[in-house]
Amino acid sequence: MSIRQVEFAAPRTTATASKLMARRWGRRLYKLLAGLVLPLVLLAAWQILGDRGLISTLLFPTPAAIFNNALGLYDTGELTDNLRISLVRMLSGFGLGASCGFAFGLAVGLSRYVERSLDPTIQMIRMVPHLALTTLFVLWFGIGETAKVLLIAKGAFFPLYINTYLAIRNVDGKYFEVARVLGFSGKKRLYRLVVPAIMPGVFLGIRLSVAVSWLGLVVAEIMGSTSGIGYMMMDARAMSMTATVFVGIFLFAILGKTSDSLVLALERRVLRWRDSFGGR
Amino acid sequence: MQALHNIELDVQEGEFITVIGPSGCGKSTLLRIVAGLDLEFQGSVTLDGRPIGGPGIDKGFIFQEPRLFPWLTVEKNIAADLSLRSSEVRRKVDELIELVRLTGFEKAYPKELSGGMAQRVSIARALLRNPRVLLLDEPFGALDAFTRAHMQEVLLDIWQRNGTTMIFVTHDIDEAVFLGNRIVILKSRPGEIRAKMNVDLPHPRKKVNSSFQTFRYQVLSEFEKVDELNWGESGAGI
Repeated sequence: MSIRQVEFAAPRTTATASKLMARRWGRRLYKLLAGLVLPLVLLAAWQILGDRGLISTLLFPTPAAIFNNALGLYDTGELTDNLRISLVRMLSGFGLGASCGFAFGLAVGLSRYVERSLDPTIQMIRMVPHLALTTLFVLWFGIGETAKVLLIAKGAFFPLYINTYLAIRNVDGKYFEVARVLGFSGKKRLYRLVVPAIMPGVFLGIRLSVAVSWLGLVVAEIMGSTSGIGYMMMDARAMSMTATVFVGIFLFAILGKTSDSLVLALERRVLRWRDSFGGR
Repeated sequence: MQALHNIELDVQEGEFITVIGPSGCGKSTLLRIVAGLDLEFQGSVTLDGRPIGGPGIDKGFIFQEPRLFPWLTVEKNIAADLSLRSSEVRRKVDELIELVRLTGFEKAYPKELSGGMAQRVSIARALLRNPRVLLLDEPFGALDAFTRAHMQEVLLDIWQRNGTTMIFVTHDIDEAVFLGNRIVILKSRPGEIRAKMNVDLPHPRKKVNSSFQTFRYQVLSEFEKVDELNWGESGAGI
């Protein structure tokens, strides 16, 4: 009995390849549509209830009214300006917090000594509520950009820190034995073993960090700011412009979902090698 | 707790030693000590006259499971810490992929491989480092009978071509007789060498040949003696 590779390799003709491609796109489209059904039904119901006067349009402006309001804000440039400012804040805060979280997570995860000396302090800072720190940051840095970026960074730091740290501790010890037998250097062990092995945990951390960053952004912009989407909403609330508040809410929903989808797409690319249950 | 006792074994270059014994007799421990993975023992283990101080690429180790890195493709798993951009590594990896009969699977991820294929990758990974000795710890134990027979042929082929010294631990008598040119029989509690037997059967060996069967019975009768001494400790995979 001899088993040769020929029996394993499925012949790949161009016809089956293109068919596979078409099926993959079909599945993607189906997934997108399946996700859109519920929001669309809710929006339609909302519009109908509003048009028939069954709900107060003062508290619940209809989706059409909200859309028109958004167009108006876009025309004056208010929307674009605030959006750009918010995006820059979010990205710099997330970038700072997430990269520090990853670096500290690596250090604490890899070394028991660093863990003992650093982790208790980090856990203590984690427990300090966002709002409590905001007060201090405003005192220190005024209501400028520094305070906002630091607040977002503080939020983004922890999910990535904890997930990186835990992922390292969860790497199967058998791989380290292989690295020993193959004579890996310390650097190779980090790049070829630890970093790829912890990627599933790191991506979970990134997703949570992104979500917390949006949260931090709103807190920062509502607490003290003269620009950004959060400010735009606060300003509108003061003037009872409910539609503009809704524009802000929808923007955050769209931005949040888009950023999460981007991370997910990246995750799927990076973790192609994974062989786990994909749901039924 | 003492796992092994009074073990004395001289392995010549190019030998194919099979170590056989009931489960729990310390045969895996013996292999781990030779590999330098277990350093808590009394006595001396030397390779080319030098004591073994720890694991290293001069002692290739094949675990019971393939232990491939799931995030690396077949060729990168073989290269492991070496870069495929080096033309020397590239050439040797390609040679080894051919030797372990995996041509066409260079870019496949471990999840796409069968158990036998994955174990062949791990053999190639060890061979790339030109080890002085290849230590195999029941490497085909998890495979089905057909794949296992095929893997035994692949391994013999590698041994005959490369002349790599092999120490192969197994609990399967057929496998031990089929592969080894010397069989070391261990008994358990404490793990001691019960017998060493030279296998003077010419290659290629056929498991159905009468000479093979005669030899197999000799090994088996050694086991019966072992069993008399260790009442209740059976499970030699006969």
